[in-house]
Amino acid sequence: MRPIATTRSTSGMPTGLLAVWWIVASEIVIFGGLLGSYVMYRLSHDAWAGQAANTNTEIGLFNTFVLLTSSLFAVLAHKAAEAGDGKKAARLLYYTIGGAVTFVCVKAFEWNMEISHGYTITANTFWSFYYTAAGIHALHVIAGAIIMAIIARDAAKNAELHRVELIGIYWHFVDIVWIFLFPLLYIAK
Amino acid sequence: MSENSDTNYVKIWAVLLFLLIVSYLGPMLEIQIVTLLTAFGIAGVKAYLVAKHFMHVNHVPRFIPYLMITCLVFMLLFVAGSAPDVYSDSGDNWVKPEAQWQYMPPPAADHAAPDHH
Repeated sequence: MRPIATTRSTSGMPTGLLAVWWIVASEIVIFGGLLGSYVMYRLSHDAWAGQAANTNTEIGLFNTFVLLTSSLFAVLAHKAAEAGDGKKAARLLYYTIGGAVTFVCVKAFEWNMEISHGYTITANTFWSFYYTAAGIHALHVIAGAIIMAIIARDAAKNAELHRVELIGIYWHFVDIVWIFLFPLLYIAK
Repeated sequence: MSENSDTNYVKIWAVLLFLLIVSYLGPMLEIQIVTLLTAFGIAGVKAYLVAKHFMHVNHVPRFIPYLMITCLVFMLLFVAGSAPDVYSDSGDNWVKPEAQWQYMPPPAADHAAPDHH
């Protein structure tokens, strides 16, 4: 699929698109470092396997389903925007936001359950990593949903349709991060 | 049918969901290598599918994927550089307190644990 915006910079791509890839490159280092640290400590702490056994796999599974589905809506919104159908793009972006809200609500329920059982961020290093990694990811989900709402409002008026693609790239990256967090935090026990 | 038709995107999504189910069921066999492959191998495949079909990385200028890979390599270099210390108990002018390496139960461990799965 070709970029929607026609303005070209010296990079050979729209400035907005270059900027969002710049963000993704930065995020690769941030989340990569976090996940890399997790793997290092997980391999050197056998006790972490016992701690990871206390995370709820079904909740993680459901949230992965939610994010994958929201990614589908995001790419369909991009396609609608490319076709010039702003109203459809906005509607699909709202569905994506619905996925983000569902994800965060499920996460809040999950954390509430874990904290009530004493698994707090200070319980031990496993839970410190767990809340840090999942928390930073959740912040990205919330930020993405807010930006998406602003873009959807404009898209409904057929304005700034190229931004639908930009937020989509960001959203898919957030999805990819969760794709790796899911086995680390919920499967490898 | 166009490569970017709605149907194709839904097909990719269905494949992603299938892989998700496999990654969930794999560890139930309780074979370590199967768990590693179904959990992390499949995560890699899912990430590739999302990057290729949803992010359209093959339609952006070539320097973008190279930039992403460069960031990943730098991150792995930092991890590789710090890993030896993580696995050591002591080094030049530093000692890792033994307590940091010990399992510490959560403060309210006497509560009933959440459902184990």
